[in-house]
Parts: sequence; structure tokens; C-alpha cells
Amino acid sequence: MLNRDEDILQAAETWQKQGHGVALATVVETWGSAPRPAGSSLVINDDGTFLGSVSGGCVEGAVVTEALDVIASGQPKMLEFGVADETAWNVGLSCGGTIRVFVEKVG
Amino acid sequence: MKLETLTQLNAERAARRPVIIVTDTANGEQRLVKAQDIAVDPLRAELSKQLRMGKSGNVEVAGKKLFLNVYAPTAKLVIIGAVHISQALAPLARSLDYDVTVVDPRTAFASPERFPDVPLVAEWPDVALPPLNVDHYTAFVAVTHDPKIDDPALLHAFDRDCFYIGALGSRKTHAKRAERLRAQGAKDSDIARIHAPIGLDIGAVSPSEIAVAIMAEITALLRLPPKENSKEKEEAA
Repeated sequence: MLNRDEDILQAAETWQKQGHGVALATVVETWGSAPRPAGSSLVINDDGTFLGSVSGGCVEGAVVTEALDVIASGQPKMLEFGVADETAWNVGLSCGGTIRVFVEKVG
Repeated sequence: MKLETLTQLNAERAARRPVIIVTDTANGEQRLVKAQDIAVDPLRAELSKQLRMGKSGNVEVAGKKLFLNVYAPTAKLVIIGAVHISQALAPLARSLDYDVTVVDPRTAFASPERFPDVPLVAEWPDVALPPLNVDHYTAFVAVTHDPKIDDPALLHAFDRDCFYIGALGSRKTHAKRAERLRAQGAKDSDIARIHAPIGLDIGAVSPSEIAVAIMAEITALLRLPPKENSKEKEEAA
């Protein structure tokens, strides 16, 4: 399968070794009916290319934007998306759950 | 994540060895714990629990919130015997996320018509098994009822330390099997690892029910702590 974690993490390693800036975003906590379990991850490179999934498509766009910041700054970030959060509504976490996503730079 | 950590993580995963990444989410501090080092880790209780469940999660230790990300290899199921039970067992195991392979040298049994979409190896165990890389994260089930096929396969499973080994047959059949295996050099401790009669005792009758009993037993071995497993065995005996 294309999006199995092994391929994602292998891609992160390959991108990094090719000289790309790379970030890893990982679901660390979920409440309610979150679509992807803790440990699910998304890797992003400085082109904005990404692989994997943290929410089945709902908040990936927002995570990628934040990840580009993390690649630039090197500082890890904790993101939270949920029904109580207006931004989350805007990006469309329609499942009624809440997720926390840890974004860190690779390298 | 440091590149070094990522490289190590990918190497362990490629070798099908479990790894846990421990991250302090407040500051991004991180370390990689290999399965073999869990026993001597300060977080051994938490780490072994998460690994057994195959689930990532958070723990709080000394005021620090740590995320334990578990990378466990996908469990494999090797079925010796392309028999009626296997036709029910293979799809059930796949729905439980096992990588399933069916081995049977009898081509009339090991046919794609009987096993659509399941990897089939129509060879004797000595040829079929070495390339399958049977390992600790493999459940191994022998259901041909034919000693010529089941016995060498079981010897291979002992050798590879499969987390579950089951073989079809009554207690009487199993006693005879134990004798044969001993004659071929198997240790008593190996023979004791065979679950026979196979599957949890749920009164299974049909092939599908036997498949459920087998997968229930395999799930218990995979998920329950070792102590509860031995208790369960005593009660069943």
C-alpha cells in the first residue's frame, strides 16, 4: 500500500538525504470519533509535497502549512483541531472528533 | 526527529523488529527504544504495555507528558494446508490485518479458485517456508492432518520462535504427533508450545467456527500479558 507508514518514513529519510527540508506530523492524541488513530503520520517536504494522513483528508492542508513553518524555524509545534475550534470547523474536521498533531523537523 | 533516529527507525522496521519512539511533546526531546532494550528501560511497564497492545499513546512520568509511538511489525499468519478450514481462516485473518500465506504441496488443494486473492505456495514446507521469513511476529497454523506436511512445518516454526503455533488434531492425534516430533529432535519445551487441539474451546463445529476459535486464540496470545495467557491455558486444560 502506498501510504503505509514504512513508505512514508522511508520517503522522509530519502527526501532528507536529497537535501530537502522535511517535517514529520504525528497524531499524538484523539478524542471522540477521530478518523485516524494516535501514531498516524504525515511527512512534508519543503516543496509542499506530502505523504500519509493524519485525518483522512480533513485537516491535512492546515498541517502542511504549519509544517512549512516548522521546517523554516526548526521548532516543533503542537496543533489541535476539533469541533470546538473555529479554525478546525473552517478546515473541515467534520467527524466530530478532536485531534492533537505534533509537528517536528527531521534532521 | 534527528535523521539518525529516523534512519535507525527505518532499519529496525525493515528488519521487522518492534521500536517505540518516546517524545517529550513539550520540547521535542526524543529517544528510540528497541524491543530488546525495553526490559531495562525506566519506562519498561508503560513501554511493554503499549507494545503488547500495538497502540501508540501518552503517559505522564515525573510531570512530563510523553508520547509513545509504537512501530510494531505487521503480524503474519502462515497456514499449512489449503483445506476447508483455511478457506475460512485466510479471509478472517486478513480482516484482522494479518499478512496471510497458505502453503500446501497438493496442487488440487492449493488452487487460486479455492483461495482467491490469498498468496499460495504449492510446495513442500522445506521449499516453501525459508523464503517466507517466518519470525517471532508470525502465527503458524498446521491443519493438513498429514504428518508428511505438518511435521516438518512445525519443526520450522519451533526454529523461528513463532508467537503462536497451532496444529489440528484431537488429544490422541496430538500425542502421536508429539512422539514423532520428539523422534525428529524436537524438545519437550517446543512441543509444549503447540496449541492442540487448536483454537479456543468455544464448541466450534463448522470450518468458519473453527477459524473464529483459532483467530480468538491467536489474538489472546498477541494481546494478553503472558501471565494471563498461562492462566487461561490452565483453566482450559
